[in-house]
Parts: sequence; structure tokens; C-alpha cells
Amino acid sequence: MAGDTLTIAMPKGRILREALELFEAAGYPVEEGAFESRKLTVTLPEAGLSFFLSKPGDVPTYVEYGVADLGVVGKDVLMEEGRDVYELLDLGISRCRIAVAALPDWRPSLHPRVATKYPRIAGRYFLEQGEQVEIIRLNGSVELAPLIGLADRIVDIVSTGRTLRENGLVELETVSVVTSRLIANRASFRLKSGAVDRLCSRLAAVTKEGVRT
Amino acid sequence: MGKLRQFEKPTGFRDFPPPTAAKKRLLERRVQTCFQQWGYREVLTPTLEYFDTVGAASAIPEYKMFKLIDREGKTLVLRPDLTAPIARMVSSVMKDEPLPLRLFYHASVFRAQDDSARTVEFFQSGVELVGDPSPEADAEVIALAAEALSACEISSFQLAVGHVELLDALLQEQVEDPGQVERLKERLGARDVVGYKEQVAQLDVSPEGRNLLLRLPHLSGGKDRLEFLRPQMRSRRVENAVRHLREMWEALEDFGASRHVVLDLSLVGSLHYYTGVYFEGYALPSSFPLVSGGRYDRLLERFGRPAPATGFALKTDRLMEASPAADREMERVALFYPRSARREAIRRAQELRREGKAVILHVADDKDPKTEIDADRVVRWEEGEDGR
Repeated sequence: MAGDTLTIAMPKGRILREALELFEAAGYPVEEGAFESRKLTVTLPEAGLSFFLSKPGDVPTYVEYGVADLGVVGKDVLMEEGRDVYELLDLGISRCRIAVAALPDWRPSLHPRVATKYPRIAGRYFLEQGEQVEIIRLNGSVELAPLIGLADRIVDIVSTGRTLRENGLVELETVSVVTSRLIANRASFRLKSGAVDRLCSRLAAVTKEGVRT
Repeated sequence: MGKLRQFEKPTGFRDFPPPTAAKKRLLERRVQTCFQQWGYREVLTPTLEYFDTVGAASAIPEYKMFKLIDREGKTLVLRPDLTAPIARMVSSVMKDEPLPLRLFYHASVFRAQDDSARTVEFFQSGVELVGDPSPEADAEVIALAAEALSACEISSFQLAVGHVELLDALLQEQVEDPGQVERLKERLGARDVVGYKEQVAQLDVSPEGRNLLLRLPHLSGGKDRLEFLRPQMRSRRVENAVRHLREMWEALEDFGASRHVVLDLSLVGSLHYYTGVYFEGYALPSSFPLVSGGRYDRLLERFGRPAPATGFALKTDRLMEASPAADREMERVALFYPRSARREAIRRAQELRREGKAVILHVADDKDPKTEIDADRVVRWEEGEDGR
């Protein structure tokens, strides 16, 4: 099935530029600007690829339901969403970590509270540590939570650590190292295997940190 | 959680209005014809089962089961699948029936979902072939699944076939630590190719071994994939499994079904449940499997009648979306009659029904001349007429 077109869900924001650089290096040039002016999809007809932008957290959903054959998404989102998709390739980009952080003088409180955008990951982590904590789900500005007294610790994504430092927080433990992944829908993985394999191996060839196939 | 509105139903359950119900019934009739032509007989099992028996034996994890407590305090489950209840049945009420047994069912299964809005009641039509360990039995259920999908007018579907025992044996040839083998299988089961390869990269194995393990997720194709394994065969287990797959493939060729089949040695179903061949069927535009099944040789012994077995379940809800099949529906005739001609009108309706039409009788009431009936044709019985 050489003529299959692949639809790829791309995450808005942090990961997009690095992902597009990787696609360009693999021979699929897409300008980041092409997604501006509210354009929803960008196609590379010669390559049989069609891209659309979505919120990072929705990429696995689009892929599981098959409206996108493939998606580029951070491992953090995959761990949090737990969707039934194939995780094909570690793209090695947007390397960061999920970490526990707190104010330097923090003390465990009577009823420890942890604020996070990742309630599942945080819940599982503290369960494995045998710690009983109350997880508070926030949608953003997680690093504020210890400063305003909402929680004594946070679980959040850390790349350079600058945000933490600016808010006077220190990193306590690493929960997981995160890079971006190429994921595939279960049916597309099988029924468009030729096109998926081709794209996958071209990306793998230009991936710096990824596990090569 | 506000007050329930009168029309609400439990989340995840659905109503099927007539067109949806008709589509479901149409597909069930079509696949049933296939099942019966291959000698399978229908069985029915209860909606509720004990958790300790059928629930614990099921391939479905416990957290996905709906549980209830009966009056004696025993835990019940809404049946999470049909394979375990049928195994119970084969070992109890059918224990004197000689093997092999060929059985089929149409039934709904109940699986709780993390995401509360998702469907939790699924319709399935499936078969179980109990008591036949041969490669021909595996080929038969795969070929029957292919025939059932064709009967639903699903075009260009693909059945991906793996072999749980072969995968396990291949991994064990290379990796000594059973815990590592288990984790590798779990990664493959979760379709986490990245995690699988990361783990392989860290294993203490020979370069050839590592190479083989890294290639496993990419080894899909036809019978030639088995030849690729030939130089790797070091244990009797691998050898036996490869021979079984080859013989199954040759049988599939004779069934004329091999063109739908792709071998994928990294494909695993529910771990600790399937013991040999496992398969899943896909067809675009559906993004979810339309069928899955395989061999489960260790299930029946849990119910006291050890026997090899294999089977599959068609995912009727997905099939309904994927199938373009439509029935030529009966012509619906609405027959309006005055009360004075009721006896004649009813007789005429019976004649039309014998001709294969659906006839809806309605008293023509002058006070309400606008009555609308869902019909292809309206016949108004005038006084002194015969309705033709």
C-alpha cells in the first residue's frame, strides 16, 4: 500500500519546532509558519503526509480514535493519558523530566498535598513510594502552588529548571525522563504499514537520542 | 451529581433505535449463517456469573468488571466475556458431550472503562472450538473469522496473527531472567515498542540475540518470516511453535484465507490467558480491531475438564460502523380502513404479509385524517373496495 496518505497530529507549543526540524531533516520539509494564519492542516502531497495541530494532551486521543494515523507527543502526555496506541519511536527531542519540587525549607505536613498537571503520574509515583498524599490537579502555573500555600510539593515538567529557580523551588526527585515519541493508531500501524515503516525509519535515521531500528 | 432526569440511563450504556437495531440484527444473521454452515451450534449463558469462578478465569482484568453482591454475600460479575462462561458450560452441563465441540454465541459483554463516558456494554458474536489442538483448528477459526468479515461486506481487511508461546520461547532463549521476559512481553502487550527496545538495549545478551530481539517488532509478513527464524531455533519449544505456525499457514492457504493474514511475531493478546496463536482483525476506516481471538489451552482445566480450545469474538459495535451492508427491507404498507370493513381489511393484510410485505393496520378516523404512519406506501380502504 505505497499510496497511502498518513495524517499526523502535531502538538502545539514547545515540541512543534523541534519536531518540524526533525521531519525536515528526514526529508519532509514543513515550515512552522505554515501552521500560522489559523491554517488547520498542512499537506506534503509528494510525501503523502498531512499534518494538523492540536493541543498536546489531545494527540493520543486523536490517534487512538484514528482521525490521525500518527502523532508526535511527549512521553509525559502518554503516561498521563494511558491511551491504547502504538509507541513506535523515541524522537529524542524536547528532552526534559517530570520531577518533584518544593521550597527549600519544606517539611512534610500532616496531610501532604501535591499539586500537578499530571494527577495519574503523580498518584502512581507516590503510591510506589508508599507515600500517602493528596493530589491536587491544576491546569497551569503549578509552580505557584507551594508559594501560595496550596501544596507542599509539586510534580511538574522540568527542562532547564529555570522556572523552578525563578520561583525559588528546588528539585527533589526525578519521576521520569521525558522525550517526544512517534505514536500510531492500531489499525493504521497494520493497514498502512508500508508508509508507516518508511516514515519511521527515515525519522529514526535522523533521531539523535532515539533507539535505532 | 444532580437529580436524575427521567430519560437518563447508566453512563456507558446505549439504546438502539430501529435503524441501529436492524443493522446489528442484519450482521448477526449474516455471521450466524457462516457459523452454522461450519457446524457451530448456538449457546446462551447467564448475564451474571460468580466472580470467583468465571470472573477470575476471564481474560478481562478485574478492574474492568462490574461487580454485584448476591443475597448470600457472594460476589457476582456482569459477564466480561463469553469464553470463560462457555468453558464453564462445556465442563458442566455439556460434560458428557464428546469433544471437539463447535459453539457460537451472540451476546453482550460488560467492561467498565476509566473514561466514564465510554461504552461499557459491547455486543459480540463469536465461536469457540473446544477440544482440537491441531494447526487446522487454528486455521479454521481464522478462516471462519475471515468469512464472517466478508459476509459483513468488509473489504480488504487484515488479520494479524501472533503466537504467544513462540514469543515467550524466543525471549526465553535469549533472556534468562523470567522477570525480564515478563516485562518484555508486557511492553509488547502495551504496544510500547520504544520501551521494549530500551529494555532490550540494556539486556546482557549476545549481539545476535540482541539483533533478533530488536527485529522482533518489525517481523511481520507471510510464511517467509518463519524461515527467518530457522537459524535461531535452539529450543524444542521454538521449533514446535514454528512448525505449528507453518502448518497453520499451509492450512490457511488451503482455506483460501492466507491472503488476509499477516504474521506478526510481536503481537500478544491478554498475557497469562492465550497460550498459542493470537489474532486481531482490522479494516479501514475503522480504527479499532473488528475481531480478536486465539488459542487458550489452559482455561478449560480451571473448570475441571482440561482441553485445548480456540475461538474469536467479532466486535459487533465496530462492525456496524465499518460494514456497508444494508438489507433490502420489506416494503412497508400502511392500510387504512373504516371500522365497517375491518374483517376484510385484516384478511387483505394477511394476504399482503404472505406476499412478503410488512402491513400496518390503522383505523381510518375522520376526526384525525392526518395520522402519519412510517410506510413506503399508503393504501386507503374506501367503502365497498377490496383494498387492491
